[in-house]
Amino acid sequence: MDFSAIWQNFDLYLGGLRLTLELVSGCLALGLTLAVPLGVLAVYGPLWVRVPIGIYSYCFRGTPLLVQMFLIYYGLGQFEAVQQSIFWPVLKEAYWCALISFTLNTGAYTVEIIRGAVATMPHGEIEAARACGMSTLLMLRRIVLPSALRRALPAYGNEVIFMLQGSSIASIITLVDLTGAARIINSRYYLPFEAFLTAGLLYMAITFVLVGGFRLLERRWFAHLRPREG
Amino acid sequence: MFDLHGYGASVLEGAWLTLAVALASLLLAVVLGLAGAAAKLAPLRGLRALATVYTTLMRGMPDLVLMLLIFFGGQMLVNRITDALGWDYIDIDPFVAGVMTIGLIFGAYMTETFRGAILAVPKGQLEAGYAYGMNGWQVFRRILLPQMVRYALPGFGNNWLVLLKTTALVSVIGLDDMMRKASLAAGATRMPFTFYFVVALGFLAFTSVSVLLLRWAERRYSAGFVRREE
Repeated sequence: MDFSAIWQNFDLYLGGLRLTLELVSGCLALGLTLAVPLGVLAVYGPLWVRVPIGIYSYCFRGTPLLVQMFLIYYGLGQFEAVQQSIFWPVLKEAYWCALISFTLNTGAYTVEIIRGAVATMPHGEIEAARACGMSTLLMLRRIVLPSALRRALPAYGNEVIFMLQGSSIASIITLVDLTGAARIINSRYYLPFEAFLTAGLLYMAITFVLVGGFRLLERRWFAHLRPREG
Repeated sequence: MFDLHGYGASVLEGAWLTLAVALASLLLAVVLGLAGAAAKLAPLRGLRALATVYTTLMRGMPDLVLMLLIFFGGQMLVNRITDALGWDYIDIDPFVAGVMTIGLIFGAYMTETFRGAILAVPKGQLEAGYAYGMNGWQVFRRILLPQMVRYALPGFGNNWLVLLKTTALVSVIGLDDMMRKASLAAGATRMPFTFYFVVALGFLAFTSVSVLLLRWAERRYSAGFVRREE
């Protein structure tokens, strides 16, 4: 194997790495912002709110991210109204379409994670909060969310890693992310092993950093559950 | 009804191919998963290390990168071998490449699932089997397998649902699956939203049926176990 072409073009990989990190952190931040209120509403909301949230989550979890991305990037242009609207300058850009579809996708999975964590709150804690005279909002802020978000952390860590790896499909709609950089190098030099292994190992390195980060965070957030030392 | 401007039959044909790729990959993944789990629990250190390298590589890299690596890299390897042997050029079949890649990736996830399930079966039962004079195969077939299915089913189900959605990626390496058939139809009719929406519905149907079947299987394999009251 000959990695010299890779080193010569390492800038391309670094640019791709930057775009990958940008897309992933962007969609995770937006997705989490969307998912926390929806996840809580999926448990505490009225039926007419719970049902649409359930349908949203089910549909986006039941279809491939690639299909969702294509529906937004290629699909929306089919409608004259969309092309005429003020959103078109955004919706015709591959970058924004990738970000929107990634956000909706990770949002759907995160809603389910948060919903599960909120729904499995120990009942006694809810009753205690009610007995203390807390309103629903105050109870959510002081009792439910701190506990639920903490318990959602391990599952959310998996979702973050899934999103990192899922983001590689952005390269299919012409974006030059980490995978896109590898595809360019492969088509330019015909070095499939070197090109894709380099990208794969970089993804793996980010994965390890994320796994380590979440482990630290879990240690911190679950400190009260650790057996006492000494 | 399912005419879709004359492309309904073509998309349906693609849907069968998608299902065929998914099922063939699942078969390969289960075989690899069982072998991987056996290797991870083997007394030989080299075997354990090999299995760990396999699962770490496969789970650390994105599906798309691995698919491109195996498709382009595999073709290059085949070319070199045929050159060296003086044979004619052999084209790698995209169906084989797709099934190989997805099977290899999900074999790693299955390895972890099966390893956990094997460890969940009490060791004393296996020892009892050997004490009765059963051989390794009989212990596996009569004692380990029926009980490990119960522990493996939830993880297996998740892996299958993710695998099913990953098959959408095989369109990238040129396989005429549901996704690619829809792309072709979308290009010809200029109705991308309609066709990708049909694909989304197809995947939703596949995942919904899978969820129902898995729920039935979980109930069946939990027969005889006391269910926890919720």
